[in-house]
Order: sequence, then structure tokens, then C-alpha cells
Amino acid sequence: MDIKSMKYYLYWLFCQFELITCSYLMEPWEKVLFYTFNIALLLTVLYTAYIFVSGHVSSALQFFWHLFGNQHENTVSVVK
Amino acid sequence: MANPSAVCNGHLHHHHHQKQNNLLKSGIYKKNGITKGAKKNGVSNGTLYKKTFIEHFEQAPMYVAVLTFLGFGVGTIFGYLRDFMRACGLEKRHIAAEREEQKDFVPLYQDFENFYTRNLYMRIRDNWNRPICSVPGPQFDLMERVTDDYNWTFRFTGRTIKNVINMGSYNYLGFAETDVNALKTVTRELQKYGTGVCSTRQEMGTLDKHVELEQLVAKFLGVEDAMVFGMGFATNSMNIPALVGKGCLILSDELNHTSLVLGARLSGATIRIFKHNNMQSLEKLLREAIIYGQPRSRRAWRKIIILVEGIYSMEGSIVRLPELVSLKKKYKAYLYLDEAHSIGAVGATGRGVVEYFGMSPDDVDVLMGTFTKSFGAAGGYIAGKKDLVDFLRTHSHSAVYATSMCPAVAEQIIRAMKCLMGLDGTTQGLQRVRQLGKNTRYFRRRLHEMGFIIYGNDDSPVVPLLLYMPGKIGAFARRMLQKNIGVVVVGFPATPITESRARFCVSAAHTREMLDTVLNALDELGDFLRLKYSRYSKSSHPELYEETRLELED
Repeated sequence: MDIKSMKYYLYWLFCQFELITCSYLMEPWEKVLFYTFNIALLLTVLYTAYIFVSGHVSSALQFFWHLFGNQHENTVSVVK
Repeated sequence: MANPSAVCNGHLHHHHHQKQNNLLKSGIYKKNGITKGAKKNGVSNGTLYKKTFIEHFEQAPMYVAVLTFLGFGVGTIFGYLRDFMRACGLEKRHIAAEREEQKDFVPLYQDFENFYTRNLYMRIRDNWNRPICSVPGPQFDLMERVTDDYNWTFRFTGRTIKNVINMGSYNYLGFAETDVNALKTVTRELQKYGTGVCSTRQEMGTLDKHVELEQLVAKFLGVEDAMVFGMGFATNSMNIPALVGKGCLILSDELNHTSLVLGARLSGATIRIFKHNNMQSLEKLLREAIIYGQPRSRRAWRKIIILVEGIYSMEGSIVRLPELVSLKKKYKAYLYLDEAHSIGAVGATGRGVVEYFGMSPDDVDVLMGTFTKSFGAAGGYIAGKKDLVDFLRTHSHSAVYATSMCPAVAEQIIRAMKCLMGLDGTTQGLQRVRQLGKNTRYFRRRLHEMGFIIYGNDDSPVVPLLLYMPGKIGAFARRMLQKNIGVVVVGFPATPITESRARFCVSAAHTREMLDTVLNALDELGDFLRLKYSRYSKSSHPELYEETRLELED
């Protein structure tokens, strides 16, 4: 029962997407072109996010640790 | 400015009159059994309007405008793609093109200007020009059409879709009917006179029917004389050039109908435009015109005429006639009122906006109207002082050159008008007007409660429902037809680009069940298409919401 309402909800969301981007008006081959372009764009964005975001986030965190007093390195140097 | 409802007898009035601001005349308040008289120096403009004038022009949230432009952007990109393919020869051209031998000549057909028509309108073209095959009453029959090549050509399947509820025809009083008893006099006149008149009014086309009709129209409106023409559009476009010429000034409302614009341009007078229904803008233009005169010679203008409509059919707003008349009297301008949609539809006895505001028809110089909308016929009239109408009989292009009205049509108008005035011995006319008022109020109230954005005055039978996004225009009209309801949707060139709408015309012939069917369908469709943009929707307790009822005025 829940699956049915879930499927209807997803269908309704898809209808909204079609209406807003005017792909409701397009002929089938135009729709294929449009969706291919959109999915390709989305995949590129996700792939870029996957590769670069973790790197950027860890370097940003390191930068902030540096700012707020780096107790880690300080203790090491004192012991030395 | 004394506030009459602030303090009285030491008790602070917690006004539930506060919501009705300075537009309501100060009434008589009873407090502790003591009646307080109406104050003279009360509120400004309080006595011009005898009842509240409430118009709504709610703006949708910002994301709607953004998404609308996104939709148009995608449509435009695909339009360019298709045009490119057509230019390359990858796709067949369906539009008009010159013959092979003329390819070297100067181009005859302007390709780029029809970009919007070719690429966006064509995709949803099946929602317009639908042929009907019955009388356009409250329900009608449609011929079923299908298209094989995405709306470039249509073919009829031969079936008819029966009993589609008609929410698009201008049938305000329900006189578009085929009842044999109602049309008895019309059939008689048809058999007596035939159908064609074969002449213009000036030559041999003035029949006794026309004279009878003109006298009846003058009596109906309460003016000295009237003249009728065969076509409503031609009444405007052919008579304005007869009234004004070079050296005159025309002040025309922003949203005037094409017939008024065409007539104004044909006349050769200078045209200045004021913001829609905005009296401050009009007053500023009038003052400038009188102070500075004509552009280069600085002479006084020969004539200043203000062109307005009674009800604007795309907005559903009613003209602010009392303020307009007081402005025109102060600055000595003339007023031309086009009552195409308001004659028969507003007013206590259906006599138009002049009666709706309780004013006298002498205040308006030229009263124009059409018989197409409320009388179930075709044609237009111009009414006013006898001198004006006599002048138009000899100087108007339409009177001199256009074929006169068919006598059977004239008889239809006569019988409709007699019914409205009560001259046929029944109260049917008054009942129709009351029924229209009830239907209008009910329809608008329910739509507001559901949460749609509706434009216009609460008393106007034209109800525009905003759709905004171009994709929803086609979806809305098609789905409503699937539910057996016929609606008219309007898009870009006729309305601003972000504000496409569906326009409903309520009729006195609609029963409560039909309106309920339509409202339920709208509810469902509004939820499915996400059309309920209003942020001010009422709850089911109307009394609690009296304070938050919004009156938007410029």
C-alpha cells in the first residue's frame, strides 16, 4: 500500500518537473534529448562532488585547526 | 482628518469598521443606545463610492516567476534548435514559404517574427479554435479533433463530445438559448424579413426594426438617443476616428481592448497611456496636457477624451467611474466608456457600470456597448446625447459604409432587452440578473477559499485564474476537457509574459450543480498541477477572517 502511494508521489513529482521545464510540450525525441542532457549534467556534478568535495572539506578543517591553536604540534615540540 | 470611529463617549471603539477603510461612507453608529450622526468632515472620497470596491491583484511568490522564466527559457532553446533543423533541411517546413521561382526576391514572409507562434504556440494549439456544434449555452457539444503531426494539421474523427460545461462563452445572462417559446418573435421576423439587408445604413439599409431597436436601447440606458451597428469591434474602431482627429488628445487605459487601440490609432490623434485603473496617473497626465498643451506649438488641445472600459475582460477589474467622472468634470475632458462586458452583467437591473455605481448616464459623454455578450446576438451601439448620435449617423465610417444589422438579430436584441426591462410582463430579466450576481459571488468566494489566485473585482462575472507557467497552460486546458469542462486559457501576447491565465465567464444559465462540478474539478486539478499559489486563502470560518480581508488599490 505504501509502495503504491510512494510510486504515485514519484509520478506526481515527475509531472511537476515536466510542467515546470516545459518538457510536457516536447515531442518524444526532444524529451530524450532534454533528459539525456539533464542526467549527464547531474552525473557530472555528482562525480565532481565525489572527487573534490572530500579533499576540500579536509583541507578546510585543517585550516581551521591551525587557526584555533594547534595543540597537537605544540605539545610535540615542547617535549622535544 | 477626524476618525469617526476612534473615541465616542469616552469608550474606545474597537472598530470592526477599520477594515473598510476610507472607501466607505461614514455611517451612523449606535453606541449605548445613543445614535451618533454621520460626520461631515469624515473620510476622503468616502462619499464617492456608495458600496465597497474590493479588487484583488495578488502577486505570486517569487519562485513562481523564476520557474516561469525557466520554462520559457527551455522553450526558447528548443525553439532555436528546431529552427536550426528546419533551416538545415533536417526537418520539413510547415509554415508559409515563397515559391521556388521567388526565392531571389525580397522575402515575403517574416520568418523570425513568428518565432513564438512557430515554436511555442503550435505545441499547444489544440486548446484554441475548437469547433463547437451546438448553441453556446451553459453546456455545448464539441467536435472531436485529433492531430497526427503535433498540431500542425487537425482532422475530425466524426464524433462529438456532448454536454461539455461551458465556462468560456460570454453568455452572461443566458440569452443564447434555443427554446422555441423564447425565439417565437425572432422566427416571425426571420420569416418576414429574410436574413440579408443588402445595403448600408445610409443607402437603403435602415429598417423599421433598427429604429425600434435604437429607441429601445436609448430607453434602456436612460439617454436621449442611440445608434446600432452590425459589429462590436467595428463600432469602436470606426467611430473613434469620427469623434477625434489631429490636434486632439486621447488618454487611454493601459489594458484597453484592441478595438479601442485601433480606433485611437486610426484617428490620428495623440495618444497617451495611463496605468491601469490608476486615477493618480490619469490626473497627472491631464494636468500636464492642460498646462503644456500640444507638443511643439504649445496650443491648447482641441479635445481631450478618456477611453476606458466598464469591465476589463483580461483582468476582471471594474473601472473607477465616480473618481473618473469627477476628474473629467474638473479638467473638462470627455469620457468614452466601452461597456462591452458590463452591460447586462453588472448593476442592480443590468444597466451596466453607470447603474452599478449609482450615477446618472448624463455624466458619461459617449456610452458604447456590444450586444454580443449579454444579449446573445451580434453588434454594437453608441448612445448619448441626440446631437452626438445625429453627428455619428452622417460622419461615422461604420454608419455610412458597413452593412447594417440583420433584422432577425435585431429582434433577438429587442426581445432580450424587453425581457430585461420587464416589458414582456414577466420578472424573468431581473431574475437572470440576480442569478448572475449570485453565481458570480459564489464562484469567486469558493475559488478564493480553495487558494487560487483570482484577479479582479468581487462583482465582475469575468474570473481570471492565474496559471503562470507555460507548461501548465496546455495541461490545464486538456485535463479540463477530459473532465468535460471547456475553458479558455490565455498566454503570452494577450497577457504579460509571466501571467498566463485561465478565464472563466460565469453565466446566469449555470445551475449550482454545474458550478459545483466545475469547482470540484478545479480543486482536484489545482492539487495535481500545484496551482494554489494564494497566501491569503480563507479558512472555513469566514467571521474570523474579516480583519484580514485584503483590499489592494493603487
